[in-house]
Amino acid sequence: MIAEHVAFGIIAAVMVASALRVVTTRDIVHAALYLVIVLAGVAALFLLVGAEFTGITQVLIYIGAVIVLFLFGIMLTRSDFDQDEETDHKRKFPAILTALLLAAVMIGALVDRFEDVELDATPQTTAQVSDELFSQYIVPFEAVSVLLLAALIGAIVIARREEGG
Amino acid sequence: MSSATVMSGLLAVEVPYWASAIIKLGVVALVVPTAALVLGYVFLLKMMSFMQSRLGPMEAGPYGTLQLLADGLKFIQKEDIFPEKADRTVFALAPLVVLISTFLIYVVIPTGPDAVVAQLDVGIFYALAVSSLSVVGILMAGWASANKYALMGGLRAAGQLIAYELPLVLAVMGVVIQAGTLDLQKIVAAQANGEIFGWGGIGNPFILTQFVGFFIFLVAVQAETTQPPFDMPVAESEIVGGYQVEYTGFRFLFFFMGEFGTAFAFAALAAVLFLGGWALPWGDLTHWGFNIAGPVIMLVKVLAVSALIFWFRFTYPRLREDQLQRLAWKFLIPLSLINIVVTGIFKVVL
Repeated sequence: MIAEHVAFGIIAAVMVASALRVVTTRDIVHAALYLVIVLAGVAALFLLVGAEFTGITQVLIYIGAVIVLFLFGIMLTRSDFDQDEETDHKRKFPAILTALLLAAVMIGALVDRFEDVELDATPQTTAQVSDELFSQYIVPFEAVSVLLLAALIGAIVIARREEGG
Repeated sequence: MSSATVMSGLLAVEVPYWASAIIKLGVVALVVPTAALVLGYVFLLKMMSFMQSRLGPMEAGPYGTLQLLADGLKFIQKEDIFPEKADRTVFALAPLVVLISTFLIYVVIPTGPDAVVAQLDVGIFYALAVSSLSVVGILMAGWASANKYALMGGLRAAGQLIAYELPLVLAVMGVVIQAGTLDLQKIVAAQANGEIFGWGGIGNPFILTQFVGFFIFLVAVQAETTQPPFDMPVAESEIVGGYQVEYTGFRFLFFFMGEFGTAFAFAALAAVLFLGGWALPWGDLTHWGFNIAGPVIMLVKVLAVSALIFWFRFTYPRLREDQLQRLAWKFLIPLSLINIVVTGIFKVVL
């Protein structure tokens, strides 16, 4: 049990430090790369509580796809090397306020639900995850699929309209 | 691969956890450069030369076998150059990210009943996830070089790798449905113990039932490793090497090892998924001898798949960007979805 606590402490410290660098660095590509470390930390935490499938999915989706799209977008739009364009921190205070409010809500919700719950850290197999997903949680699962489909179609419609003028 | 054989012998003895962890790390660290050397020599230097009616390197060692070692030494002793406007930290880290992604794939590839670094329940899913990390390294290299060719190469690579990751994952789905597991060892067992319409003479290597998946997997692998005909991101004649253009010395060597190491790893995954992996359909799969024979059987199958990959590489001319994207989105992805549906129907009916 102690090994898990030490591992959690190290991962959490690295994540917090990187997360701070995401918002304080002035180079937007560096910010995206620090975000990679934060997301890898999330994956490591999932593995630590035995959620293998979720941890690997985190790597595949967030690092392999979302961050790549971020970097892709940044590099397509800001590729002028001679101009040292840096991010300003003008809206610092609204950002801090939003972050504090979000933290308060999340901490409140998590403590309320998990205060006395001892998490079972035995590894969960993919078969167990899929069995639960397609029986107990089938309705939310299908609802999310429809929601994503709607978002996809919406994005295509918007992109097409701009193209047509 | 001889190092893997040694490992399987050692694994039969009871060793403490830390010692086995170090041995396994050492084996992976040895296998990746060896794999790159073998593929580079057999196919890049020799097979290509023979296809073009020439001998290839003949001077260094018998039949030029030591040519790549000599090249490696040359790379190591070259000057480590950073471009003036480069983002130094990111520039230095980029080849490492690509190489680490390659190393991580090898962790789950089984070469015998016990000769595997880690047997994961999510096996093949893990391999596909860590292989997608190399895109981040390529984008880092493209950006940090502060060079327009490098940036264009990085962007082309990102667009291509995202597009071909989908058919890659979807092609594997057919095998996963048939085997009923993501675990690579169980996929091997499913093929060795399988039957084709009640006849179990040669087991059921999934290439027979999943030949569509095998074809899509090979095409996607070709694109994922940015080999011709999918070499737009590194096209020498247009963008002089793309994201690699500013790299010299051992950092360039890292990219080279990453490319060939990943090609070898994907060939090994194809061998496990479609050709039955380390097993033969006869004999007891739990027998200790497979730890010795497994790596050899595996190597033969990997070289067979690699021969196909490199045959494509040396035969077809480069695809244009629009042809490349059309092939992925309008042909391979719909085809792989149909393959999944058909496999699903057969799974339920049979």
